[in-house]
Order: sequence, then structure tokens, then C-alpha cells
Amino acid sequence: MARTTLAEFAIEVGDAGTHNVQPLLHEIRHALAQLLEQGKETVIDLRSIPLAPGEEAAIEQALGEGEVRATLSALGPSDFRETSYPGVWVVTHYNRDDQIVGKFVEVTSAPALLRSQTEDIAAGLQRLEARLTQDGGGRVV
Amino acid sequence: MKNDQTLGEILRQQGISRRGFLKFCVATASLLALPPGMVPAIAAALEKARRPSVIWLSFQECTGCTESLTRSDAASIEDLIFNTISLDYHHTLQAASGTGAEDARESAMKENWGKYVLVVDGSIPTGNPGYSTIAGISNVEMLMEAAAGAAAIVAVGSCASFGGIPHASPNPTGAVSVTDLISDKPIVNVPGCPPIPVVIAGVLTHFLTFGIPELDELHRPLAFYGKSIHDRCYRRPFYDKGLFAESFDDEGAKKGWCLYKLGCKGPTTYNACATTKWNQGTSFPIQSGHPCLGCSQPDFWDAGGFYHALSIPTEDTARTVLYGAATGVAAGLALGGLNRARKAHAARKHEKVTINDLEKGG
Amino acid sequence: MTETEFLLWVRGPAFQIATAIFVVGIIVRILEILILGRKPNLAEARGSAVAGGFRTIITRTWPDSGTFKRSGFTLIAGYVFHTGLFVTILLFAPHILVIDEVLGIGWPALPTPVVDATAVITIIALVVVLLHRIKDPVLRFLSRFQDYFVWFLTILPVITGYVAFHRIGLPPPTLIAIHILSVELLMIAFPFTKLAHAFTLFISRWYNGAIAGYRGVNS
Repeated sequence: MARTTLAEFAIEVGDAGTHNVQPLLHEIRHALAQLLEQGKETVIDLRSIPLAPGEEAAIEQALGEGEVRATLSALGPSDFRETSYPGVWVVTHYNRDDQIVGKFVEVTSAPALLRSQTEDIAAGLQRLEARLTQDGGGRVV
Repeated sequence: MKNDQTLGEILRQQGISRRGFLKFCVATASLLALPPGMVPAIAAALEKARRPSVIWLSFQECTGCTESLTRSDAASIEDLIFNTISLDYHHTLQAASGTGAEDARESAMKENWGKYVLVVDGSIPTGNPGYSTIAGISNVEMLMEAAAGAAAIVAVGSCASFGGIPHASPNPTGAVSVTDLISDKPIVNVPGCPPIPVVIAGVLTHFLTFGIPELDELHRPLAFYGKSIHDRCYRRPFYDKGLFAESFDDEGAKKGWCLYKLGCKGPTTYNACATTKWNQGTSFPIQSGHPCLGCSQPDFWDAGGFYHALSIPTEDTARTVLYGAATGVAAGLALGGLNRARKAHAARKHEKVTINDLEKGG
Repeated sequence: MTETEFLLWVRGPAFQIATAIFVVGIIVRILEILILGRKPNLAEARGSAVAGGFRTIITRTWPDSGTFKRSGFTLIAGYVFHTGLFVTILLFAPHILVIDEVLGIGWPALPTPVVDATAVITIIALVVVLLHRIKDPVLRFLSRFQDYFVWFLTILPVITGYVAFHRIGLPPPTLIAIHILSVELLMIAFPFTKLAHAFTLFISRWYNGAIAGYRGVNS
């Protein structure tokens, strides 16, 4: 007996979608212009917008791949990717189980989390000083 | 871990960098459906937040809500339990059992009287107290006692929020919701069967950072329950065009058309499924081809069949039409007969007026 | 009462009550008319009463040129809103589902945007006929409270339906509940007001035609 497989039941997205891809790209264009003219940064939470299956991928595809790709490792990995439009970054945060906890489009010259944080710098300085003191007078290891 | 330390202090002690903390705040903003611009405010609030004692009571429930929460992705359950809240009693998750467990509940209540957060899942039977007990204490008694010392109550799931399945007709246990029993405490309802995991976590986090979230008239946080499924559904354009799946395996179903005719309750259901989605943002029922059951609405179990369109009456109208027609025919025949009799009577009594009558009268 | 309780009430008990009153009321009124009958005509028949009756049912659907000249406006506006009501009530997918559920018969629906546009046209036509009724001295003189009341009951479901579909103003469950309630009010008033013409119309046309047919004249 012929059985219908799951693949035959694959639900198409159809051509309708949510019509949210184009407006989002326009929003990014506006944000980019603002960044250039006023230095104002924008963050768009991709999870706050209703998107049909495949539309998130469509946005990422439209934005393309740029020059920079960076990985952060704090409470799980985070992926920072500059798109083919300099100043537009796609940022994906994962938790320790590699599950996505947030996906954002950041319009900025560099995502804030990539910069070393003042508190961390201070803590790092303390550690370095402590180590140098421990090692006793500037002996380079 | 002491409860008087702030969250910022605890995280630093655990060697979590500022970057890590900010990332946590970014995820929290997304979780709370707040604009990313709120991250600094969240960071400041979380930095100063103190871990609240949380007492979790489970009554007439299926543990689906706890199952859901333990799959919360934004803050993994370990993070949530050990960093953000101090879960002092949860009889499914805690290692202790029996007297030890109940002692933990009582001492947590005594130590944090007036300050702890009470989480309730499951409805409360008001019929025979023996319908549902924990350590020999009836659900009503345990709830009222714990509620008296709570700073706020979070009713997790449709059962605790609205009575849920135990409350469904004919409601044999006399099940009621938390809001049916308590009115003098701030109560946040987080309905859903189960609620979206990140929504449960989000409400607890919101309490920690900014206190009680903004609620609607059913005590639901507007951030998650402010919009209906229908209004945020990616299949909405098909509804607007009138393109419906007629069955679960027709062309329309395969093309991802609107599921209204298959009983979708999306137009009258408030929840965040269409945007937050489930399983790490993978999908939600409608995206998988199944109509929304409306599980986060009051009385969803009695709101007509799951696979009956929203426009269809909830009761058996065909029977009413049949009985109505029979009654109508009987009444019509009786009235018709009566009318005919009156007409015949009037005709019999009718006397022709003669010229003499007129002269007499004049 | 919360919005959900309100919605469940109008979809449940209220719909049952309205349906019962509607069905009983219509059948009683029709039977009353039919059973009362007419006086036997003792004159010799010059034509067929039955043929005349059926002919008139059909011919009266189109106005003769004289009537059209005298009150063309009333006719056009009347046709527009009656056709509009037919389309919005009987050719909208969610409505067909109700009929299918209750009577077990269904038919294909029109595309939703067509029904949507028809609803707007229907509302405009209904407003226009009301203005005409108020403006025209003869019509105004002939109008009683009931005429305005049934107009209100008729336009209400169209407006509430339009608003509920477009989800304007109030929470959607409340809008849907108000729409269903407005229909229930219409159903309850239907048998006992001039609205009953939807059913009695063909009976009276048949009688008119039958009387003329018996006398051997065209009506």
C-alpha cells in the first residue's frame, strides 16, 4: 500500500509570506543612513517580528557576507558577522547548550560586546598586577 | 549562596565577565519583548537585583508546565535556579521528599515572610478536600497559607490561571483558578497549556528586574499576551484573501493556507506563539500545519470542538432547529385552528344590516 | 463577564435561544397565514390561479418601467442592499460553515476581499435608503418606529461584521461576540417585524397573482 511520506506533506510557505522582509531591509537602510549622518546606532530584534518560515534566511541572504566574522565565548558562544553592507551586523547569541537565545541585526561600526568592557579591563589589570607581584619583580615568563 | 547578595555580585563571584553579563541582559531584553535599547536599564536592574525566594506549589496539574520551564532556552534552568532565583520548594524538581521537603517549604516561608514569590501550577479543587492533597494538606489550605506571606503570585499554566482542564465541564472536583480564591495579592497569570517556556522565565525575570509587569484585565502580562495569534500569524495574508485549507491533507494544507476552517482559534487567542515560537524559535503549531487550540484562553476546553471553526455555535444547533421546527409546526397548527374557529364564529354571528335597522338607529 | 465568557455565551446559549425563537416564530407565522386561507371565489374561473400565482412570483422580481420611472432610486438602492446582504450573509466562508454545521448543506464561498467590498457597498446603500426615507415627505409620513428599528437591526450585523473582520477598536473576541449578538437580535426580531417579508414575500406575491390569474388577467 502506498503511504504518504512526511516529505510529501512538507508545507510550502507559498508566495504570500508576511511581507516583512522588504520593510525590514528598508528599516536597515534608514538605520544605516542615520549611522552615517548622526552616528546613531540601531539594534533590531529579529525575534520580535512575525516571520514566515524561510524569511529569516531570506533576510540574511539579502544582507550577504562581509569582511569580518568574530566569535565571543561568554555564557556560551556568540557569533558576530558583518554583512556585505559595512555597518550592518548579524549577531546571534547561543547559550551553553548551543541553543539560540537571541538573533539581532545591529547597525553600528562595531558591536558593543566586541569591545573589551571597562569592568573586565579593570579586573584583567588587577590579575596582571597580582601575577607580576607574585612572580616577584618583573621576571617575564 | 546567600540571598542578600545582588545578582551582579553573584555573577562576578562565579567568574562571569561583564561581556557575559551584558549578553545575558541582551537575551533578557529579547525575552521580555523589550526593545534592545533597554539593555542598559536591564543591566542596572539585574546588577542590583537580589535573588528572591521562590516557592512553587503544584496542585491539580500534569507537570507539563514544569516540563516546559525546564526547557526554557534563554536562561537555562540551571542558570535560572541558581543565579536568578532561589527555588526553595518545588516538589517535582527538588531532591528532598516527604517531611524534608515540607520542612524546606515551611522554613523558606518563615524566613522570607512577605517577600517570597509564590508560583502555582494546577487548579485548586474546592469540592472534597481529599481530591488533591500534598503531605496530607489540602490544596486550598496550602495555597491560602502560602499566599498570605507572598509578595506576589505567579499562576503558571491555564489550570492555575483559569482552571484549565480540571475546570472543564462538568468540573467534577469544583476546580478553580488562583484569582478565584485570592484577590488581595498581585497575581500574574501566565496561561498556556503549557505556557511558552521563555514566557515563564520572562515573567520571573521581569519580576526580578522591574517588578510586576504591565497586565491586562485577565492579569496576563501584556508583553507576551498583548496581541492575538491571528494578528501576528504569518498565514494571515491567506485568511485575508480567503484561501483556506479544507482538510489536513488537501492542496491548501500543503500550500500553507489559513487553518480557520479546520478550527483555528488564533483570532481569539492571546499568546506569543507566532513571534516567540517554540523549541528555540523553531516553529509553532500553525507553522506545523495544525490549528491553534486556544490553549491560553479561559475555558478553552469548552469553547466548541478543537476542529470546529470559530464561527460555528458551540452547542448542537441542528437539534435546536429540529425541535424548534416541530414546536413551530405544532404551535402554528394550533394557532391556525384557533384563528379559523374565530373566523367561523365571527362569520356566524355576522348579521346583515337592513334598511329597517338603519332607520331604527337614525 | 470577561470577553471570553461573553464570546462563549453568544456562541452557546444565546445562539440556541435566538435560533429557537427564529425557527418557531417563522413557522408559526407562515402556518397562520396559510391555514387562515382565503374566501372561496364563487365566480367562474377564467384562468388558472396556480399559473397566475407562480407567474407573478417571477414577474414581480423585475420592476415594470412605470414603477422604475416613479421610484427608480428606491429600486436601485433596494436591489443593491438586498444583493449585498445575500452576498455577505450567504457567500462568506465563516457563515457557510455555520449553515453547513446547522443544516448540513454547504457551498463554495466568494473570495474574502469580494465579500469585504460588498459589505462596504451594502452599508452605504443602507445609509442611503435611510436618508431617502427621512428626506422624502411621503416616506417619512408613512414610517413608523418599527421601520427605523428594523433598519437598525439590519445594518448592525453588517457594520459589526465589517469591524470584527478588520479588528478595529476593541479586543477581537469582544468584536466577534458583538457581531454574533447583533445577528441574534436580528434573528429574534425577524419573525415578529416587517423583516418577516423575506419569507412572506412569495406567499403574498402568489396570492396576488392567483387572484388575477383566476380572473384571467395578467398581474
